[in-house]
Amino acid sequence: MSEVLDRSKNSAIRTGIATGIVDCDIHPTMRSQAELHPWLPERWRKHLAEYGLQARVPFTTGTQYPKAAPATARRDAWPPNGGPPGSDLSFLQAQLLNANDIAIGMLTPLHGSARNTDLDAAYCTAVNEWQLERWVRQDQRLRGSVIVAHEDPDLAVEEIARRADDRSFVQVLIPSKTNEPLGRKRYWPLFAAAQAADLPIAVHVNSVGGGYASTPSGWPSYYLQDHHINVHSFQALIASLVLEGVFEKFPRLRMVMIEGGFAWLSALCWRLDQQWALMRNEVADCKRPPSEYIREHIWFTTQPMEEPEQADHLRDTLTWIGWDRIMFATDYPHWDYDDPRNAFPIRLSPAEHAMIFRDNAMKLYRLHSE
Amino acid sequence: MTAPFGAIDCDLHVAVPGMRSLLPYMSQAWQEMITSRGTDGLELASYPPGAPLSCRPDWRPTAGKPGTDLAMLQRQALDALGTRAAITHCLHGGQAVHSEDLARTLCQAVNDWLVVEWLDREPRLRASIVVPMQSPTYAAEEIERCAADKRFVQVQLLAAGEMLLGRRYYWPIYEAALKHDLPIGIHAGSAFRHAPTSNGWPSHFVQDYVGQTMGFEAQLLSLMGEGVFNHFPGLRVVLIESGVTWLPAFLWRAIKSWRGLRSETPWFARSPAELARQHVRLTMQPFDAPGAAEVKRLLEHIDGDHMLLFASDFPHWHYDGIQALPPGLPPDLVHKMSVDNPMATYPRLQETLS
Repeated sequence: MSEVLDRSKNSAIRTGIATGIVDCDIHPTMRSQAELHPWLPERWRKHLAEYGLQARVPFTTGTQYPKAAPATARRDAWPPNGGPPGSDLSFLQAQLLNANDIAIGMLTPLHGSARNTDLDAAYCTAVNEWQLERWVRQDQRLRGSVIVAHEDPDLAVEEIARRADDRSFVQVLIPSKTNEPLGRKRYWPLFAAAQAADLPIAVHVNSVGGGYASTPSGWPSYYLQDHHINVHSFQALIASLVLEGVFEKFPRLRMVMIEGGFAWLSALCWRLDQQWALMRNEVADCKRPPSEYIREHIWFTTQPMEEPEQADHLRDTLTWIGWDRIMFATDYPHWDYDDPRNAFPIRLSPAEHAMIFRDNAMKLYRLHSE
Repeated sequence: MTAPFGAIDCDLHVAVPGMRSLLPYMSQAWQEMITSRGTDGLELASYPPGAPLSCRPDWRPTAGKPGTDLAMLQRQALDALGTRAAITHCLHGGQAVHSEDLARTLCQAVNDWLVVEWLDREPRLRASIVVPMQSPTYAAEEIERCAADKRFVQVQLLAAGEMLLGRRYYWPIYEAALKHDLPIGIHAGSAFRHAPTSNGWPSHFVQDYVGQTMGFEAQLLSLMGEGVFNHFPGLRVVLIESGVTWLPAFLWRAIKSWRGLRSETPWFARSPAELARQHVRLTMQPFDAPGAAEVKRLLEHIDGDHMLLFASDFPHWHYDGIQALPPGLPPDLVHKMSVDNPMATYPRLQETLS
């Protein structure tokens, strides 16, 4: 069974900040797909009822790796009204926002991209309307993410344009496993639109994506592997963005990596820099050491926090990455939720705490100007 | 930093010049088959011979492929670094062709060629058995066939193949290796059965190479998760040209996932860090850290001086001159990784060097 770590005695870490924290990864869910019907054309409602989303997994609704818990959720996150975890606003307010003094929470709906991108685009539009109606307009602490049919950049750009002037949305959200490496030119219209709208592009971990095996030796057997290996998609997409010259082409583009952890970043940067120095003639559009682009353009959320054997080693990692690039996230209501009171295995100074739990996100998302 | 005189080099490359070199080590029937079909060009795409990574400029031969000339290897690697013994790896497409039969034929030929062209001509060299991992049965047979020659000190597998290496399908290979005191060496490189990343095929070789570390992480997690180290408690796995500095962050996350999820794999009862320290070794080139300060911190994060093995990775390009070690290593660790750790990792070195 699971092992419970008791950090309750480490009271120095339990210093909440008076002005509240920013949670960069909250998953709202639906009681059923019918919640989208007000915004979904009849054609697609019928299509979904008959054919479903057609993701690249062998099952119609089940997951290819049985998760740690039903609905991948904390066992105490099922609302009393009987809906699935993350589906009830008042319960989420009580269990997450109020209990943790969360001043601002970023909604990151996981929608499971359809292979049919016309359906995907319609579905995304509906989810975005649903976020506004059911969540953002109901609680001023919540902000939405513009989900898009990322595999059909023209349709995605339309959706970004539709939301660009609405401050209810703070970012564009795409999954970490795209059909092709994310730096490829076919995705550039997305970057152009996000940069023009001054919206960061957030990337949330996912498991299925374009259907490529999650390792270069095929699919793992267990959720324990899947859960870990999925974060490799972040290494792949970051390398692709940098080496394809995306940040040269879009110098004001900002990106957020959600639920991929962060401790792996330093070794990736060192390796990229070393190989770039050796073979930069192959990647002519990457004009500077890759680590420089990464340092300037990419932010990371904390959950699931890596846990060194010796806690203070995490301090080296945070220093190598940059304290101003790390933002706290709970991942509510999922089973591997990080509790803001004891997620950090190290003692943070008040200044460090403020940066990670609030200020870095306030700056990135320009929340001060609201 | 330089390695001490008398170091044991745990990763050095020799290459097959072309199919013509292997023909003498095949049956008449296979010679005819290969010649009549024009089968050749089986260098792995993971190391394009012309790429800067694949050969340091001052080590590049004026003609022919890197790693094909014994005199150059003696002068540039063994003599220049003062190496007492060196374990060669021959990366060859025999481990990547789709036909199990062709794979067996090619791997057998490579191993016989290694004996005649390298081991018999240079007493400082040792070799790794190139096995047809496309068929674990054939791979185990090849281990049996080569094991009598104590100059074969390891079994060599490619880091990315058909399936993850922990799968029970592959266990006959581990059984045979263990029987003959041979560690399993997993070398960077891919048979390209799957895309190099979960996001598909990158545009550039640079990304392929950088991303090799993820393939190694996946293999470690697979070996641990499937219970290989439970079933083969004496098994030792050497990660070759895997990079090193990714290891701590990998273990930190693996430990966290294992705490939360190990109920699915009840045999996975010891922490990933504990298993790694007992069963896993890594060669030191490339190491992947920018300077002495980071190296010092990372050695503390790794907390496993016994896990590190000196390697030149000749003729691959990671450093210039004879600075074959990362900066900032303490002297006692340098000695350990250059002599003690290789001797402890490869039992057959003890037999043939003492």
